[in-house]
Amino acid sequence: MIFPALFFYLFSAVLVGSAVMVIASRNPVHSVLFLILAFVNASGLFILLGAEFLAMILVVVYVGAVAVLFLFVIMMLDVDFAALREGFLEYLPVGLLIGAIFLAELLLVAGGWVINPTVAKSITAPIPGNVSNTEAIGLVLYTTYIHYFQIAALVLLVAMIGAIVLTLRHKANVKRQNISVQNARTKAAAMAVRQVPSGQGLRESDAAEWVK
Amino acid sequence: MAEIWTAYLWPLIIMVAQSVMLLVILLVAIAFILLADRKIWAAVQIRRGPNVVGPFGLLQSFADLLKFVLKEPVIPSGANKVIFLLAPLVTCVLALAGWAVIPVNLNWVISDINVGILYLFAISSLSVYGTIMAGWASNSKYPFMAALRAAAQMVSYEVSIGFVLITVLLCVGSLNLSAIVTAQDTKWGLLGWYWLPLLPMFVIFYVSALAETNRPPFDLVEAESELVAGFMVEYGSTPYLLFMLGEYVAICTMCALGTILFLGGWLSPIPFAPFTWVPGIIWFALKALFIFFLFAMAKAIVPRYRYDQLMRLGWKVFLPLSLAMVVIVAAVLQFGGLAPQ
Repeated sequence: MIFPALFFYLFSAVLVGSAVMVIASRNPVHSVLFLILAFVNASGLFILLGAEFLAMILVVVYVGAVAVLFLFVIMMLDVDFAALREGFLEYLPVGLLIGAIFLAELLLVAGGWVINPTVAKSITAPIPGNVSNTEAIGLVLYTTYIHYFQIAALVLLVAMIGAIVLTLRHKANVKRQNISVQNARTKAAAMAVRQVPSGQGLRESDAAEWVK
Repeated sequence: MAEIWTAYLWPLIIMVAQSVMLLVILLVAIAFILLADRKIWAAVQIRRGPNVVGPFGLLQSFADLLKFVLKEPVIPSGANKVIFLLAPLVTCVLALAGWAVIPVNLNWVISDINVGILYLFAISSLSVYGTIMAGWASNSKYPFMAALRAAAQMVSYEVSIGFVLITVLLCVGSLNLSAIVTAQDTKWGLLGWYWLPLLPMFVIFYVSALAETNRPPFDLVEAESELVAGFMVEYGSTPYLLFMLGEYVAICTMCALGTILFLGGWLSPIPFAPFTWVPGIIWFALKALFIFFLFAMAKAIVPRYRYDQLMRLGWKVFLPLSLAMVVIVAAVLQFGGLAPQ
């Protein structure tokens, strides 16, 4: 049992260390990279718990998609983070208060069985022993918790539509490419062959007649 | 002490030995695959290709390796040095890590994990970091623009690859890569593999794999006519070599993944003797090389896409198509009584 314990301390130490570095490093891009390191170590902890499906989904969703977009935005923005930090001390009491509440809640969740010993027995869906944990998640997610699942999906859908509505602009002067119209163009519609009389040429004013 | 030896150290030693063997074979194979790539383009363009180093140019890749390793690594003074050097390592290590779960024959796999396909998907979605870190750390305009393009491109095509994986998983009922291959082991042989019933998904997978590995016609990341050489402009010598190696390893991983998902992995195409006597690894290698040949031909004969065309193909064509296929396949499996138990 010594090796799982060693890996637990390794992952936890790197996770906590990189989480501290996310808020401590001066360069925002470094912060995001440390955040990614924290995510990867968290997925290592999931694997130690035997929740390999959650571990992989954490990497795919958070590291592979969300953090890429973070990095994408932060690299393009030219934010002066020194200016943002100026009022840091003013907000310190509020921050400390929120931190304290959060710590108390975490302690209540983690140490709940000390306050109320029966709480451990009231887990709504214990993990069945004979199936892999991917299957175990599927068994409760699409049956018992289907409504919560669909509500979560609706929230995401609304957020997506909201983002599209806020950013979509149809400008009048922008030329848009319509692939089907382009592909439907025929030779007759696109070009015309003219016999140009020598020494006269074609006049610009007759342009409407060139292509019919 | 004896318990630690039998429970941890001995399996660890075996696993390290297996990994080293796989790495050596993979890297030597990649040296020749790189050469094959260049020879195939040359043949399409009626040239000879590399033919100077060794017989038929067979040792060309090794000469290139020596050349890159012996050069001096140059780090631009404006670059972020740690991330600049970390980026090629990330690319190369992540690409190689994918091979830990790929079964090349029945039970010939280093780590036969339950969520093998999710692991491969996660690894391939991480590979964008090598590119984006290199582009940013170079502190130069062209690499940066290339990295932005790359991030958008790779994230877009991952979505359709994800749906392709989901359709295959619906048919198999397992996330284990070996189980995916054994599920294709029917008496129909070649015709029982998933490329036939899931033909549209096979095509989508092939095109998305080209885009995901930044292969032509989707090599906008290093479009030399627009971006000099993309995110690798500032790199030279061994760091550049690592990018090149990571790229080709990722291509081989995609070929192996295509083989496992659609071409029956190590299974013989004709399911009776004498074909079943051929070792599975030979069938696996032949199938992976066939997909690689398709990759190389795409580079030789298709012109490069424009960026907006690439995005349109990914989001407006492949995403709806693969989403519809997920629904259709699920419906057919459910109502046709074909769903795996």
